[in-house]
Amino acid sequence: MNAQLAAARRGARRGWIELRQMLTNPPDIALITISAAVFTGAMLFLRTSRVPGTGFSLGTTELASVLGMNIGFNGLASLAGVLAVEREDGTLLRAKAIPHGMTGYLVGKIVTTSGVVLISVAGTLICGLCLFHGLAVGHVGAWLTLIWVLLLGLAATLPIGAILGALFPSARSAGLLTLVIGGLAAISGIFYPITHLPQWLQWIGQVFPLYWLGLGTRSALLPASLASVEIGHSWRHLATFGVLAGWTAVGLMLAPVVLRRMARRESGSTVAARREKALLRAG
Amino acid sequence: MSVLNLSAVLSSRALWAAGPSPGVPAAEVAIDVRDLRIRYGRTDVLHGISFTARRGEVLAVLGPNGAGKTTTIEILEGFRMRSAGQVSVLGVDPAHGGEAWRARLGVVLQSWRDHAKWQVRELLAHLGSYYAPYSEPGRRRPWDVDELIAAVGLTEHARKRVRRLSGGQRRRLDVAIGIVGRPELLFLDEPTAGFDPEARRDFHDLVHRLADQEEATIVLTTHDLDEAERLADRILILAGGQIIADGSADELSRRMSTQAEVRWSRDGQRFVHPADDPTRFVRDLFRQYGESIEDLEVRRASLEDTYMALVRQSESGADRGAPGRLFPVAAR
Repeated sequence: MNAQLAAARRGARRGWIELRQMLTNPPDIALITISAAVFTGAMLFLRTSRVPGTGFSLGTTELASVLGMNIGFNGLASLAGVLAVEREDGTLLRAKAIPHGMTGYLVGKIVTTSGVVLISVAGTLICGLCLFHGLAVGHVGAWLTLIWVLLLGLAATLPIGAILGALFPSARSAGLLTLVIGGLAAISGIFYPITHLPQWLQWIGQVFPLYWLGLGTRSALLPASLASVEIGHSWRHLATFGVLAGWTAVGLMLAPVVLRRMARRESGSTVAARREKALLRAG
Repeated sequence: MSVLNLSAVLSSRALWAAGPSPGVPAAEVAIDVRDLRIRYGRTDVLHGISFTARRGEVLAVLGPNGAGKTTTIEILEGFRMRSAGQVSVLGVDPAHGGEAWRARLGVVLQSWRDHAKWQVRELLAHLGSYYAPYSEPGRRRPWDVDELIAAVGLTEHARKRVRRLSGGQRRRLDVAIGIVGRPELLFLDEPTAGFDPEARRDFHDLVHRLADQEEATIVLTTHDLDEAERLADRILILAGGQIIADGSADELSRRMSTQAEVRWSRDGQRFVHPADDPTRFVRDLFRQYGESIEDLEVRRASLEDTYMALVRQSESGADRGAPGRLFPVAAR
């Protein structure tokens, strides 16, 4: 068990190195900045629109939601995508070939992904505070709520993301996941209050963590009166905690089994076969 | 061409090149495979192969594509499950090898585009760090990173990002990653594919150094017969899921063809003569002409000739069911 712990420490170091590489790699920086700029730009257009039934800015509401979506998107789609890509290119096999390498690898990915989430949440929040009015961040409660939603959100999404990454057969198919999560965002009340959707869509939206993450960050950053447009006219903190904790439990229970199965299947010839397939596609 | 000159015969490598004898003590055996079988659905990929590798031995596995080389290696590496048979690698069944066992192995993988953003030194230092808890007396793990980088000839590129390395440099990095934990047993699957002649020479020197100084057992697959002959103490030829030959390059070619070719020159004239007993032929030659004999060479069938003959024989089915008939497979 001690060796596992040591490997986890090395994995944390790995995560930090990869995060640093990302932040010093111009294409990665460009990608992060551009996607943030597109979102912020779109929300700026909606700054003067009102949340129906209130006098509050729709842009500001969306900004608060997008923080939650950032957590879910990175935790699910980005982690799954990276896992699928790195299984294809042999990174995982390298990890498997060294003692406790898989532990280190996974811890590393968790650290890197969490780091990206923190950076994008902080970036969006800073933009929001400068460009948008009405964020209610003047009290400690707002920050405490933001922190627990953030942490629990990572715990709920990272294991599921890892599972999805392990299950998708190729990096390309894992790309589809981005579309699926984009679709999920549309029915999760990220861009528009969920109460304006048909009842059955509301139910589907509420099954997945994305809705609860958005609700959580809105509850942290918006004035209490905005709860009136949510389901049950409430921020439903207890339910948020319950659903996210449920996803965490399911993820932590399944992830070791699925990841072990994935690791067991890796070998030089499986990587070579994938490489051949990918090169054929590219050629 | 295999030119048997005196120095090759006298080199220590050739002297202990004979396969392990039945009396090899268990502690001396790095790999012991008995009746290994692999079956996918109804097709048998390996039909019950058996061989052993002694500690410190360099073993080359040759064979046509699809012969089961990679499958065999992957079972030994613990990356693939077998259908039947007994396998022991460093005294442990690879199917149940734990992390401490894993730390004693090195696997050289063919890289593609992994770790593209990492710097060479950074990556080796990181991957090496996992081996630190597994140091043993006389074998400090991991390898000192700067020494290792120098050993594979990447010192100038230590700060380069992996994606900026040339193909040959990447393969050197692959080798470095494989040996960063100072393995007792190293697996190399077609290690020099894509190497230029100089890189190949450097790599061969490195393998010799690993075998001699690190006392590592090395198992490599290759299509390059010249390479197998140069590196390996013992050669295993797999074809159709069976071992069709097991022995040193020398033994293999000697058993395949008894005839050798003797070449010499006398008074500026070149001579070539086939001989069933070249030693006796040369003795007579010297007795007859003494000092006027120059440029003497004795050539046996090259490993390539032997290999082609063996594989053809096995593919024609002549050898099926009796893999040990032509060459008694190393006794165990």
